[in-house]
Amino acid sequence: MKKLTLPLSSKDIMGLTAGESVLLSGVILTARDCAHKRIFEYIKEGKQLPFEIKGSIIYYAGPCPAKPGMASGSCGPTTSARMDSFAPALLDMGLCGMIGKGEMSNEVREAIKRNTGVYFAAIGGAGAIYGNAIKKSECIAFADLLSEAVYRLEVEDFPAVVAYDCKGNSIY
Amino acid sequence: MRKIDTKTIENKIYEMALHAGVNLTPSCTAALENACENESGAAAKFGLETILKNARTANEMQMPVCQDTGMAVIIMEIGQEVCLEGKLLQKAVDDGVCRAYADGYFRKSVCDPITRANTGDNTPAVLHTEIVAGDKIKITYLPKGFGSENMSRLYMLKPAQGVEGIISSIVETVRLAGSRPCPPVYVGVGIGGSFDTCAFLAKKAIARDVGTQNPREDIAGIEREALKRINELNIGCQGFHGDATALGVSCEWAPTHIAGLPVAVNIQCHCVRCEKEVI
Repeated sequence: MKKLTLPLSSKDIMGLTAGESVLLSGVILTARDCAHKRIFEYIKEGKQLPFEIKGSIIYYAGPCPAKPGMASGSCGPTTSARMDSFAPALLDMGLCGMIGKGEMSNEVREAIKRNTGVYFAAIGGAGAIYGNAIKKSECIAFADLLSEAVYRLEVEDFPAVVAYDCKGNSIY
Repeated sequence: MRKIDTKTIENKIYEMALHAGVNLTPSCTAALENACENESGAAAKFGLETILKNARTANEMQMPVCQDTGMAVIIMEIGQEVCLEGKLLQKAVDDGVCRAYADGYFRKSVCDPITRANTGDNTPAVLHTEIVAGDKIKITYLPKGFGSENMSRLYMLKPAQGVEGIISSIVETVRLAGSRPCPPVYVGVGIGGSFDTCAFLAKKAIARDVGTQNPREDIAGIEREALKRINELNIGCQGFHGDATALGVSCEWAPTHIAGLPVAVNIQCHCVRCEKEVI
């Protein structure tokens, strides 16, 4: 299986084909429904975001609390389609890609193609495996949103499948 | 009358919630193993292998099998010879859920529908009570994830649409859900009743063990035909295309009005978590 180190270079992204399985290592940021709403309020008000969008990979996920001695609790992907209305604008702002589960809209696929991005599918329901792939977790924004806050995760050999590649191909 | 202190119910709910969060039902595991063995799609097979490995990891490490530890749905069949004592039943159930979600390191996923503010302890639980004969309480505990719940639908069919209408509605719901509800799914179907009871029947259907069939032969026929057509959709595990789009279809029924044919389709993801106990 192809191993990829984050952040991804344009060359890395261009070498990915929809359907191939990969193992990701490096830093990803969680954000789901409420965090996206908050991010867009910040953008609308012209406020500085407390983290960098450019070059980042957003993981659509809301983890369980970590047990003592563990970096994270269970942390599998949530349904990406709920973030359809947010993803194109973030990709246009330089977001490198997303990890989630399930199809996203054609607008998202177009934005991925336009920006040489990527959408990875993690295996929905495999929360324990993903929790164990997280080696470090830190809440970096919107802590009041609890599991919906933005967490900076350091992951190692995080299994995923290329769902949408930058050439417009889809696994779905 | 048999007196039961609701503290006993609270403690039982606590144990059931803790166990359900980290374990798939044996019938779900068996269905997943069978699906994995017979899967011809490569990516779908990788998905199924990962799901099975995840279930073992969750059990060994006693961590939630899925981070969506769900809304706690409880169906309580209370014998009418039972006299409940102590705190209010809903409070007892909520206290059991609250303690389990804290002690199990489960995610708290319940929020206000408008402000979206999290209640912080995964309560209130959804509690359905039914009065039945006898002096026992049968509890079904089902933590329900919403990736799949969101893909559920309710149809108010015309009586003339009959069995074909019912099967088409079930298959359409799964087709429209596509890759989003974490297939392979388990499909619970309510047939008949009223708008509200039909949806409840669908929920009861997913509390049945995967692979069981309705005792009514004509209803069991609907289950078999719907499952066959769903698996012909080729959605497959995670939408990666494959043979297993659903692990099973379970239908429950009730008499309905002469003017209507309600059909509710409740989608359950492949993480079937359900506990049953009798007090």
